[in-house]
Amino acid sequence: MSAVPVLSVDSLSVEFRTRSGIVKALENVSFAVNKGEMVAIVGESGSGKSVTAFTVMGILDAAGRVTRGTATFGGLDLLQAPEAALRDIRGREMSMIFQNPRVALNPIRRVGDQIADVLLQHGNVTRREAPKRAIEMLQKVRIPDPERRARAYPFELSGGMCQRIMIAIALACSPKMLIADEPTTGLDVTTQAAIMDLIAELGKDQGMATLLITHDLGMAAEYCDHIVVMHAGHIVEAAPTAELFAHPRHPYTAKLIAATPKPTVSLMDLAAIPGNLPDLRAAEIAPCRYSARCERKQTRCDQALPQVLGDVKNSVVACWNPL
Amino acid sequence: MLRLIGKRLVGALPSVIGVLIVTFLLTRALPGDPAAFFAGPAATPQAIEEVRRALGLDKTLPEQFVVYLKDLARGDLGNSIATGQPVLTEIRTRLPASLELTLYGLLVSVLIAVPLGVLAATRPGSWIDHLCRVMTTAGVSLPAFFTGLLLVYVLYYRLGWAPAPLGRLDIFYSAPPHVTGLYTIDALLAGDGATFRAACAQLLLPVTALAIFTLAPLARMTRAAMLEVLGSDFIRTARASGLPKGKIVYAYAFRNAMLPVVTTLGMVFSFLLGANVLVEKVFSWPGIGTFAIEALISSDYAPIQGFVLTMALLYVALNLAIDILYIVIDPRVGFES
Ligand SMILES: Nc1ncnc2c1ncn2[C@@H]1O[C@H](COP(=O)(O)OP(=O)(O)OP(=O)(O)O)[C@@H](O)[C@H]1O
Ligand SMILES: [Mg+2]
Repeated sequence: MSAVPVLSVDSLSVEFRTRSGIVKALENVSFAVNKGEMVAIVGESGSGKSVTAFTVMGILDAAGRVTRGTATFGGLDLLQAPEAALRDIRGREMSMIFQNPRVALNPIRRVGDQIADVLLQHGNVTRREAPKRAIEMLQKVRIPDPERRARAYPFELSGGMCQRIMIAIALACSPKMLIADEPTTGLDVTTQAAIMDLIAELGKDQGMATLLITHDLGMAAEYCDHIVVMHAGHIVEAAPTAELFAHPRHPYTAKLIAATPKPTVSLMDLAAIPGNLPDLRAAEIAPCRYSARCERKQTRCDQALPQVLGDVKNSVVACWNPL
Repeated sequence: MLRLIGKRLVGALPSVIGVLIVTFLLTRALPGDPAAFFAGPAATPQAIEEVRRALGLDKTLPEQFVVYLKDLARGDLGNSIATGQPVLTEIRTRLPASLELTLYGLLVSVLIAVPLGVLAATRPGSWIDHLCRVMTTAGVSLPAFFTGLLLVYVLYYRLGWAPAPLGRLDIFYSAPPHVTGLYTIDALLAGDGATFRAACAQLLLPVTALAIFTLAPLARMTRAAMLEVLGSDFIRTARASGLPKGKIVYAYAFRNAMLPVVTTLGMVFSFLLGANVLVEKVFSWPGIGTFAIEALISSDYAPIQGFVLTMALLYVALNLAIDILYIVIDPRVGFES
């Protein structure tokens, strides 16, 4: 593991202006992903995982605004760079795959052409070579009968097949960094494993850094070196996987692990954690956004949130009264 | 794809049969006794019976229907009492006049409305978005005949820039040899530039009036469809792949947004065919709408029957064309099950 991170996000805050007020979707989010490493962001629905990914990719909704922080990729501050420079990076050096692969592909364009579009855009092939290279990519993501499948439309393919196409699009230009936003949501269990294995293997081949966004703590544990736990737009804890499971320090992490007795149980069935995410539109949100649900709450929890460094390198917990 | 188109063609057959039956029954169901009408007000009962027999109206309905179909097969739609001309001849000269008006009106409207809607959707809140909103609101609140009158008043009567609103060609020109019936196209085919320009000059005002009227639904639908598509997941994928904005808007978003626009186009077209009767009146346009109104007022049955039949067949053809367009644009059509 090299020491220079491929992507490092520092003190990132993002707000959305909506009709019902300003949503403070992210606050003071910091993490880093190193070369060849796979890092997971886990958290309940609405905790800000996708917003983090979209901000880094520069594809946030028009309503979203970065109010603080930096995101550095290969020496470039992604949040300050001009759009043209970002467009050149996207799809070539940094790619993203999304959940719901069936709707994430253009429904009326042949999948081979969609892969070729990316290859052509980033200039490493001629118009004549592009279709052949697209078929090679299909082969690489193990799609049987790639010549025929290249001419298919997304509606003619299964969900797992569509996700393989997404991976082919994302990896077509051998990026340094891949962000996978719940890449296996909506797929059946065997397909999930196959897709994750494919991402892990291709990532290893190319020495790619991967940011895996997931609900599934079990999946994070299986594939990732480092886990970042998010709750309501805050990072509550981040630690190497083994350390996080052995010694969870944030009460929320502990609850998550307790609610995940076997590494295959999804966070979707989080009956064990009482309460809900706080309303992020409120003008006054408690500094610790977990405090309303927390059993270890103390009076000092009303003060600004501390960033306590853990005993282990690269671990951090944001809590006044950690375990 | 060809098989699908063939299937649609066959699927249109029942509609055609339905149209034939309805037009047949329609004239039988109209109030009044055609035999008495044809025989004239002073006719004796015997004379009326004779006319009834001559018209074949004494036969049973199924028998009459067979006769009707045989006449149709020979292209015989009966004669107009008012002009004495065969109805088919009338329709053959008047339908192209209406179509020329409608097609150019739609063409102009599409050429303005679609880019306007696309630009408004890609730049929400900009001046072009506001322009789009103003035009769509103004467009629907101005009926085409009113805009037509206004245009005639300002551009012909006051300024004298446009020719007199008196039909398809100025009296100094004669109609080009009949090929398609559309004067502009026939004039071009005959290589007659002067007649072409004259026909265009006559078309200018009515086409503008129709275009303004149909601009509204088309621009609004284009804008809404583009906004919806631009917010969809696969556009986000395209952006995350670093595709340039132009490629995203045209190759990815626009083709997907075409589908609802084509549907609206079909609706507007059929609506226009019926609605431009008043515009034809304003511009003394010898179209099929004027023809039908005059026939209706004088209870001239054969032309009415011919008109209804023509329009109904036109609608069937139009729907067929739109279905085929759908098949061409969207690979999913015909596979959903
Ligand atoms: N376009 C937007 N406008 C307003 N609020 C938004 C927008 N996008 C996201 N948010 C808010 O940001 C917060 C985080 O959303 P995000 O989509 O990042 O959650 P997530 O962790 O990815 O959840 P999921 O697991 O369901 O994908 C939510 O509270 C959401 O309401
Ligand atoms: Mg998400």
